[in-house]
Amino acid sequence: MTEIKFATAKPNKIQGSATEWAEQLDGAPPAAAKLPPLPVAKVAQELQTAVEQFLYRQAEILDDKHWDEWLELFTADGHYWMPASEEQTKADGMPNIFWEDLDLMRVRIKRVNHPRAWSQKPPHRTCHVVSNVVIEKHDPASGDVVVRSKFHMAEFRRDNVRHFVGKYRHELKKTKDGYRIKLQRVDPVNAEGPYEYVLLTWL
Amino acid sequence: MDGSVTGDIRALVEPDRVHRKCYTDPDIFQLEMQNIHEKTWIYVGHESQVKNPGDYYTTLVGRQPMIMVRAKDGKVHVLYNRCPHRGAMLCPDRHGNTGQTFKCSYHAWRFNLDGSLLKVPVAEQYEGTRFDLADKQFHMKPAERTESYRGFVFASLSHDGPDLRTHLSGAIRAFDDMCDRAPEGEVEIVPNCFRVIQKSNWKIFLENQLDAVHPSIVHESSGRAALEVEKDIEKRTGKKAPLSYHYISAFTEPFFRWDTLNTMGFPNGHCTLEGYMGLRPKDPDTLEYEAVMEKHYGKARTEEILGVNLHHVLVYPCLSVQSPLQQLRAVRPLAHDRTLTEIWHFRLKGAPEAIYRRSLDYYYLVNAPSTMINADDLDNFWRCHTGLSSQGGDWVSFHRNAGQDPSKDGVYTSVTGMSELPMRHMMKTWADYMTNGGRR
Repeated sequence: MTEIKFATAKPNKIQGSATEWAEQLDGAPPAAAKLPPLPVAKVAQELQTAVEQFLYRQAEILDDKHWDEWLELFTADGHYWMPASEEQTKADGMPNIFWEDLDLMRVRIKRVNHPRAWSQKPPHRTCHVVSNVVIEKHDPASGDVVVRSKFHMAEFRRDNVRHFVGKYRHELKKTKDGYRIKLQRVDPVNAEGPYEYVLLTWL
Repeated sequence: MDGSVTGDIRALVEPDRVHRKCYTDPDIFQLEMQNIHEKTWIYVGHESQVKNPGDYYTTLVGRQPMIMVRAKDGKVHVLYNRCPHRGAMLCPDRHGNTGQTFKCSYHAWRFNLDGSLLKVPVAEQYEGTRFDLADKQFHMKPAERTESYRGFVFASLSHDGPDLRTHLSGAIRAFDDMCDRAPEGEVEIVPNCFRVIQKSNWKIFLENQLDAVHPSIVHESSGRAALEVEKDIEKRTGKKAPLSYHYISAFTEPFFRWDTLNTMGFPNGHCTLEGYMGLRPKDPDTLEYEAVMEKHYGKARTEEILGVNLHHVLVYPCLSVQSPLQQLRAVRPLAHDRTLTEIWHFRLKGAPEAIYRRSLDYYYLVNAPSTMINADDLDNFWRCHTGLSSQGGDWVSFHRNAGQDPSKDGVYTSVTGMSELPMRHMMKTWADYMTNGGRR
């Protein structure tokens, strides 16, 4: 190591601040974007309860793997959608984590039930909690409803527990047999994050 | 590990079997990173990921956090993600636009987009010290070498070694096949990638990619399920089911079909597997696409391009490319038992929307984090890694058709589709890299 000769300090008066220094290079920061308020519909308690009960039933059907009942929850043209990011505004033509119609859901169910679906040995088990149910839109004429909620799902598989947390947004059609899902949007809080293994069925 | 281990490593790789330590030993993993991933060419990203000056993407090359960035002059640079002052990471997120400069969050050093140091605050206090704004040690360090081929950017963290084209040898087909299928001869990234973590060694994934025995066994459940629904759709609608069902129902093909698929091994460990899905149906979408192709290339060249029959091209040690479906999986080893895959999809420039949609369906079914297909692959990788971590046996068998594959000028062709040629070929290359200190 060569010896370093340091110069004697020449104390001088320091000018400026961190903000001045940064803004001199970058300009003033832009104003924060203003988001429109989330819509909320005023509805009767009875309707609120009916919609909540539908969401709870869906979670129960999924946890108990009552696949025939699961398919019956959707309209004939219904879709289950998990976008690849929360900013996504459409599913069609975009990479999605889930984008399934009834036929693709049938494939998934048949696979999980197949005796040689290797990753289902032993089968996964799940438990959902659905909460924070806010009705966004209610059409009194048709009875159709748009509803936002939150979920927390724990999945148990081979000594491991994984947690999934996120938002649901259901577009529900009112039919003579009760509500049917036209579109269920699911935004996990970590949609863009790396997935530890994959998602075996719907969240 | 010291030099004496080199001899041991040779002993771990035999022509027809490989010692389990190659997959499960954490010290060997560190040596792999040093001698393979931080020496040879590693895929960083595609130029279309960083369209505008200041656009950047971060990723790993071996164990090194790197930034791919577009500079003001349009050039793409690959830089270490580290401030030369006190070491803080400059871009802690995955991607974005950094504006005119990189800004350090700790002491506000500013760097140009090519990594050179622009300015430091209170600079006068460096007067009379060894600090010099022009001195490269105070600039962001660039990857030792950066090259791109048809928009695909690679970095090598070593000054030595062959150039990118020489290194790619036969694997160059991956990028030619993908880009040639675009009427405009170029592809464009579809933002953003999926990332899935495999709880297994990175080599287990690469070996699976060209293994023609496993698909009908591992994916039987998905194949049967898709076949049933495919038939049901055809009965219900009287029309052919979308090609996406065929992507999965093709897994039900009998063994003899898989055995007809040719695999090849090229210098530097690259391998190819032939396609089996039949991606040229005579539907209106395909015919429209073929007409656009003929307009750009003429009939003969179009036939030549669309006649290329590939399923996977494995670019050793970092990529599995599905060129006819415009997608790739980049392998980022995290630890001996943990591997991140970045899964990207591309658009063929100038091709009809329907062709993009078709490969998007495959991207969804096989590569999305909800995939039914990789669910069973990843499960097997974990099972293999866990089994290999035990003392239940020391060797991994690659005996299928061992010693029977013909070779010419360093290029191997499998004697049968189900030959374990690709695994033997990759591990032979691995041993060469590992014992040569990465110099090949």
